Amino acid sequence: MTENVSQRQGLFVQFFGWIGRLVLELFERVFFIYRLILDSLYWTFAAPLIGKGLRLGSAFDEMVKVGVNAVPIVGLISFSIGMILAMQSAYQLEQFGATIFTANLVAVAQTRELGPLMTAIIVAGRSGSGIAAEIGTMKVGEEIEALQSMGFNPIKFLVVPKLLALAVMVPCLTIISDFIGISGGISIAVFSLDLGFGRYLSATIFALVFKDIITGLIKSVVFAVLVGLTGCYMGFKVEGGAEGVGRRTTQSVVVSIFLIILADAFFTSLFYYLW
Amino acid sequence: METSTKTEAIIQVRNLVVAYEERVILDNINLVIPRGETTVILGGSGCGKSTLLRHLIGLHKPESGNILVKGRDITQLGEQELSDILRKVGVVFQSSALFNSISVGDNVALPLREHTRLEESTIQIMTKIKLDMVGLSGYERFMPSELSGGMKKRAAFARAISMDPEILFCDEPSAGLDPIVAAGLDQLILKLKKALKMTIVVVTHEMASMYLIADHIIMLNGGKVIFTGTQEEFKKSQNDRVRQFIERRPEEYSEEEIGRYARALTTDSF
Ligand SMILES: Nc1ncnc2c1ncn2[C@@H]1O[C@H](COP(=O)(O)OP(=O)(O)O)[C@@H](O)[C@H]1O
Ligand SMILES: [Mg+2]
Repeated sequence: MTENVSQRQGLFVQFFGWIGRLVLELFERVFFIYRLILDSLYWTFAAPLIGKGLRLGSAFDEMVKVGVNAVPIVGLISFSIGMILAMQSAYQLEQFGATIFTANLVAVAQTRELGPLMTAIIVAGRSGSGIAAEIGTMKVGEEIEALQSMGFNPIKFLVVPKLLALAVMVPCLTIISDFIGISGGISIAVFSLDLGFGRYLSATIFALVFKDIITGLIKSVVFAVLVGLTGCYMGFKVEGGAEGVGRRTTQSVVVSIFLIILADAFFTSLFYYLW
Repeated sequence: METSTKTEAIIQVRNLVVAYEERVILDNINLVIPRGETTVILGGSGCGKSTLLRHLIGLHKPESGNILVKGRDITQLGEQELSDILRKVGVVFQSSALFNSISVGDNVALPLREHTRLEESTIQIMTKIKLDMVGLSGYERFMPSELSGGMKKRAAFARAISMDPEILFCDEPSAGLDPIVAAGLDQLILKLKKALKMTIVVVTHEMASMYLIADHIIMLNGGKVIFTGTQEEFKKSQNDRVRQFIERRPEEYSEEEIGRYARALTTDSF
């Protein structure tokens, strides 16, 4: 009897111990993310103003890596997406003899939604994972500690240049994606829908409004920062050796894409209902 | 030669307690590192030597206790003040920790480029001098991945001394290296001490290298400091654990413990 009670008490204690540890861990994570965001803001905006410098050289190198080098793949995928969009829309619109509205659909879908979204997903796969792997490898190899031991701040040295590069280059890639996606649509319109280049183009220009492009670009900046922060967070969270790096790298892609979609839903509804 | 004239302490550790979650790694440690000497911190693997070192350079904040570096308590300092102190400290990490994305020369030059306003040509010359000093002349353009383990360690030494530090920390300089390369690194430490007159703190469990380089010995065991003193005092020490280290005796288990272990293996694990 007494044994039974003490056993149950043991289980009780174990259960609450488990809950307690879970909550603690959660707090720790939230605090870590909060610090990461706060420090990044500080080292991007406040520190340069009081003369603590911004590593523009590194930011520039990162821009080449995340931006310029991504142009071919972003172009290729956007062109395909544009073609797919055109064919799928034409399939429906043909029934009403309204194939010319393909231009509207492609242009609006590409600039408002698919341009920013596909670009962000490509960048998450290419650069978000790269950032997690780079920082994770540095953590495993004591390089982060070496930086700190020299009196350097890892946020300033590693995180801020990457975030800056992403925030600048992802919108640029998005603009490229918009153009190339619409070109993909044009290629289908001209070669298979008999719509004529001039007619399709003027329909596109007529269909697009400034707001379509701007909302897309605003979203792309948000996506960029999410990809960057997720990559850095996962990198700093790496523990153990090479397999820790691998696990966190994979996680960074999955979590980035999840956050991108969430943010997309949020901002799209914001623009839809409020603007 | 080294009669213990009372030298001034450059680092003082008072009542340091370090714990990871509930595991206490360092349990109320007090120690003194004298200026201008080579102090060797001895201890078995996993006894918290690297952990102690990380605290001595302010990378982690302890549970409680104070660490005074040149009279200033680094556990209480803000980031900027700590950064100022760290400029006069060099660290050679256990895994060398060279920045793999930049060349050996850039690794050595990085602290100079970031912390000083020297001309690029001056920085180049200083980098060359430091690399010469560690026996890596002409390796400026090499990437860290192109170096052998021993050369990486040497490059790490060059980077650690690039700002002419007052204190140099080395975490297990000979870990994972063959005896010849390891002996070469011991010689390098002796040479650096002579040339640069720094305070050197070496963490190791290699007795041979300890005998060669140590002026002052601190031994850790089970989260406590179990010995401090000179080499002579170390050899004469009657502490069980110290004797075990000197005589390279393996851990001894009683019959009873072995029996318990064997039973645990045969019953519980299935
Ligand atoms: N970040 C950490 N989290 C939890 N435990 C740690 C951490 N770092 C070290 N430890 C533990 O602290 C102990 C001492 O580690 P360390 O200082 O690396 O030992 P040494 O350098 O003497 O071999 C080890 O048992 C290790 O498992
Ligand atoms: Mg160690």
